[in-house]
Amino acid sequence: MVERSPILNLISQLLLFLGLLSALLPFAIIAIAASHDLRTVNEVPMPLTPGPYFWDNIVEAWNRADLGPKIVNSIVFAAGVALGKVFIAALTAFSIVYFRYWGKMVVFWAIFITLMLPLEVRIVPTYAVAANVLSPYQALLDISGITWLVRQATGIEIALKWGLLNSYTGLILPLIATATGTFLYRQFFLTLPDELTEAARMDGAGAIRFFFDVLLPLSRTNMAALGTIMFVWAWNQYLWPLLVTTDAAHGTAVTQLKELIPQTNGTPDWHIAMAGTLIVMLPPLVVVIFMQRWFVRGLVAAEK
Amino acid sequence: MEKRTLFTNKGLGIALVVPQVLLIFTFFYWPAGQALYWAFTLERPWGGGNEWVGTSNFTQLLGDPVYWNSILTSLIFAFSATVLAMGVALTMALLVDRELRGFRVYRTVLVWPYAIAAPALGVAFRFILAPEAGFMAYLNHAFPGLWNPALNGAQAMIAIVIAYVWKYIGYNFIFFLAALQAIPKSLIEAAAMDGSGLLRRIRDIQLPLLTPTIFFLVVINLTDSFTDSFGIVDLMTAGGPNRATELMVYKIFFDGFKGLDYSGAAAQSIILMLLVIALTVFQFRFLERRVHYK
Repeated sequence: MVERSPILNLISQLLLFLGLLSALLPFAIIAIAASHDLRTVNEVPMPLTPGPYFWDNIVEAWNRADLGPKIVNSIVFAAGVALGKVFIAALTAFSIVYFRYWGKMVVFWAIFITLMLPLEVRIVPTYAVAANVLSPYQALLDISGITWLVRQATGIEIALKWGLLNSYTGLILPLIATATGTFLYRQFFLTLPDELTEAARMDGAGAIRFFFDVLLPLSRTNMAALGTIMFVWAWNQYLWPLLVTTDAAHGTAVTQLKELIPQTNGTPDWHIAMAGTLIVMLPPLVVVIFMQRWFVRGLVAAEK
Repeated sequence: MEKRTLFTNKGLGIALVVPQVLLIFTFFYWPAGQALYWAFTLERPWGGGNEWVGTSNFTQLLGDPVYWNSILTSLIFAFSATVLAMGVALTMALLVDRELRGFRVYRTVLVWPYAIAAPALGVAFRFILAPEAGFMAYLNHAFPGLWNPALNGAQAMIAIVIAYVWKYIGYNFIFFLAALQAIPKSLIEAAAMDGSGLLRRIRDIQLPLLTPTIFFLVVINLTDSFTDSFGIVDLMTAGGPNRATELMVYKIFFDGFKGLDYSGAAAQSIILMLLVIALTVFQFRFLERRVHYK
């Protein structure tokens, strides 16, 4: 605070409080609506005091949307994506920073350019690839004439097929590549002193040993930050799980929300819908609240 | 920047980068190439591969008023969401940066909305803004027929903008506050001693020093509003009423997966891709060079 100015401070506090209120109000409305019964939730206006049916509604939403297995799916999916990104980004950055080979800069730029290709803009062909991950390679073999050669020589028709629809692999694998994560590690590795590498080598540590025993322990902060951001990001994914999991058993908690929205001419059971929303939005919120320092630091650092 | 000390095992270095290269080839570059191929071809009706049709998919698209409508709604959505989310976030960050009593609480809580999944927001705001239940019903009670996003296109747009902005204020706030706190306090204090008031200091010191952050956020907000809006639209309005909220990304999904028009969807993907690429290149080529005060 720079100057004493009670009026200015009062106005600031008022505005801040207004901001706080608008940030918290939707949370409150969701929670309160989830605690009423069908009649009360549709009253005009809905009472702003919590009702007694909170637990009943949570149980009803849980059963109606089959949230138990769906939340397990979501946890596996989000944790898988987060761990995968944290690990693959570390590997790639290690290779880019600590090795010299032909084509290194090409790889670096190829990863960088993926920033311009968000999932949503390449969604239809990416779905086609997920239906058969090996289709790009099959196409390459076909175009290059290898398929034809092999058929002529041995009579065997090469038909590569590995479908990923309705599987954890299909949910996780296409989302693991990460440009931001790779840059985050690269920036960090570049700040480490060369003496560290020299000392490790003098002690007889090879590249792998150096990576696991020196670099990874040093990047614990990075991993926490990246892991937190990516867990929240993956949990909140909607379009990809919606497409890849056509079979209800593999759906995630977020895609399951659609089941809870009241139909236009059906019962307006918003209390159940809000209870379901509350369950689905809680895990990432809890992660952010407890890991807020890492979350904020990682976001700011990753975009530099 | 390069390391002086490197490992000499080239083979290992390449092996370490292979997993990520395979992933980006399979799930980024191949699909992007595929989209390009589909965009310039048409599937023959009875199988037998694709037929090269040149730019006819694009001319058909650009002659279609429904597609122009989706561009227009996307732009309206992108600009109003960006302006609102950034404006509110900047105001909040400037106030929190003054470190008045309780600023830690604000600093913590204002970030929370960013943790919520867009589709969950869609459901929540669909209820909060529903014309027959919730709180807008109160308004409708007093002025019958005033608010109904299910029938009124402009109101449907307002509804999805509110839901989206509520989430992205938290995101912008994180960046604005980090940038503000990086400005040395002595600078602000010196200006205050020279007699400049709060607004003057914001205009002449803080905003100029924030320009790199502001431009960065403009690009990120515009890009995200093109892509991250899908969940909100799908669960709040499903593109309706009467296509008033049919954003580009929603139309790609709809034409590609419901209409099974791969070529049309691919052509739309290419246009959206170009838009995102243009924004990103603009950010890195132009803004990073011109706007620099450090």
